[in-house]
Amino acid sequence: MIRIDSVTKRFGRATAVDNVSLDIPAGDSVALWGVNGAGKTTLIRCVLGLYRFSGRIEVGGHDVGRRGKRARALIGYVPQELGFHDELGVAEAVRYFALLRGLRVRSAESVLDDVGLAGHGGKRVRELSGGMKQRLALAIAMLGNPPVLVLDEVTASLDACGRGEFVGLLSRLSGAGRTILFASHRIEEVTTLARRVVVLEAGRIGAQTDSETFAESLGLHSMLHLTIRESTRRLALEHLCASGFAARMNGVGLLVPVAREQKAAPFRVLAEARIAIDDFELIAADAAGAPAHTQEAQP
Amino acid sequence: MTAHAASTARALDTRPARPPAMPANVLTIALRELRDAVRSRWFLLYTLAFAALGLGVSYVSALGSGGAGLSGFGRTTAGLVNLVLLVVPLMALTAGAGSIASDRERGILAYLLAQPVSRFEVLLGKYFGLAGALLACLCLGVGACALVLALKGEATRPAAMLWLVGLAFGLSLGMLSLGMLVSVLARRASVAVGTAIFLWLALVFVSDLGLMAGALAFRLRIETLFALATANPLQVFKFWSLHSADATLDVLGPAGLYAVDTFGDHVVWLFTSVLAAWAVVPLAIAAVIFSRRAPV
Repeated sequence: MIRIDSVTKRFGRATAVDNVSLDIPAGDSVALWGVNGAGKTTLIRCVLGLYRFSGRIEVGGHDVGRRGKRARALIGYVPQELGFHDELGVAEAVRYFALLRGLRVRSAESVLDDVGLAGHGGKRVRELSGGMKQRLALAIAMLGNPPVLVLDEVTASLDACGRGEFVGLLSRLSGAGRTILFASHRIEEVTTLARRVVVLEAGRIGAQTDSETFAESLGLHSMLHLTIRESTRRLALEHLCASGFAARMNGVGLLVPVAREQKAAPFRVLAEARIAIDDFELIAADAAGAPAHTQEAQP
Repeated sequence: MTAHAASTARALDTRPARPPAMPANVLTIALRELRDAVRSRWFLLYTLAFAALGLGVSYVSALGSGGAGLSGFGRTTAGLVNLVLLVVPLMALTAGAGSIASDRERGILAYLLAQPVSRFEVLLGKYFGLAGALLACLCLGVGACALVLALKGEATRPAAMLWLVGLAFGLSLGMLSLGMLVSVLARRASVAVGTAIFLWLALVFVSDLGLMAGALAFRLRIETLFALATANPLQVFKFWSLHSADATLDVLGPAGLYAVDTFGDHVVWLFTSVLAAWAVVPLAIAAVIFSRRAPV
């Protein structure tokens, strides 16, 4: 679905992407992993046709350089931060971008409802929080059900709780069969969304592996399931999030991704907050169907 | 599971989606730009300023000619020519200069270009949208002026007012085009707007003074002087509006006389060509540069 062939992008004398080749078949999800400046965003911008580059990129068989409009019609894009006119209405924005995709949205509210923005259609974009803006960007990216989703460090501007919620939403909406290419340096996003991880180092592909192996290699693969009474569950979530844990609620308690050497840390936080834990279980990420980390690991 | 999730669960159509044709995208972007412009402060400010100054100019010109107050449409039109020469280029140049550079700075442009639109569609859509806003501004400004005069029972030549709006719009298209070229070239919105103001000063004041100084210092031949004058769209607007008002360019001195003697009635085509060239050429150059430059 996405074919990147010997792509090089230079800014003056600096080489941001250096002879990168990557083939992403339909339905695959690939994370571009790397520190800031590794070339993740530059490569994504090349895929979107925002930069001129040497080499060739095809999306759905369309050359991005020559038939960029056709290629982008297959892509739903969520940027790091949403670039909108602040005065634009939320529902108005949905209708505007739908028109650019040749779609007519009968009810913007139903589109917004899918990303948890029901009732916000009448607001101006500037009235939305950072997390809400990202949800709006996601709603727009999903217009027309595009087969490719391109995400560029979509949770970089969100707090820990916001990140967890947004990644959960992405995981739910991205669905099976969609091709996903995303840049990230957050392990929870990688383990939740990606099947494959491509490590970029100074613009070059350093390594390629599946996300499980990648997470194992970072030593970050444990999840605590805490059973907590409903009356104190929300308070517990707030305390854990405030302490840097990407915790989230499930049916009977909380799921808390933890680093291997920090499994006791959530207990300490909740004990200090005088919140009782009825039971706990240490589970694998796969069983929880979710990520397993609190730390923003860097490669 | 939400309806959206249900829709994504079914098999995705991976056949190439057909994006809207160019006219549809240009229209969508133009309407968006027009709405944004009409909501903006610059639009309100320029419209109010244009109407207020128009009323002031007509009042002062009437006092100067011995009248007791607001003059009729014909004389007001003549007075408005100088106002248009000052205000409209500034309005169009700054609107154009702010368009691309400001969107680039705020990340709006990159997000828009990540959608299934071409750069030419974005540029053209923005141009038409802003042109629509400028036309609305001119109509409201001159219209308010005309309405007040009509209510005072001074309505004599509304057609002259309409013609002035048309000419001013032609001038504004050229200035908008130049402003957009500046906007495409500039990295920052502040630089773009600053450059636009510098160009405005150059076209309004420096070219006039420069021509006068050049004519004296280099003893320019009359045809050279006329050719240099017509290179400036503001001079063309002045020539044309006075030509329309008096059917003679004698009032413009030797250059005007030369134009009438040499071109006769065809001088109108020359003016049309110059204004059209100013509307098209800078925009075409902007389109070429815009297609090659990164939007971030």
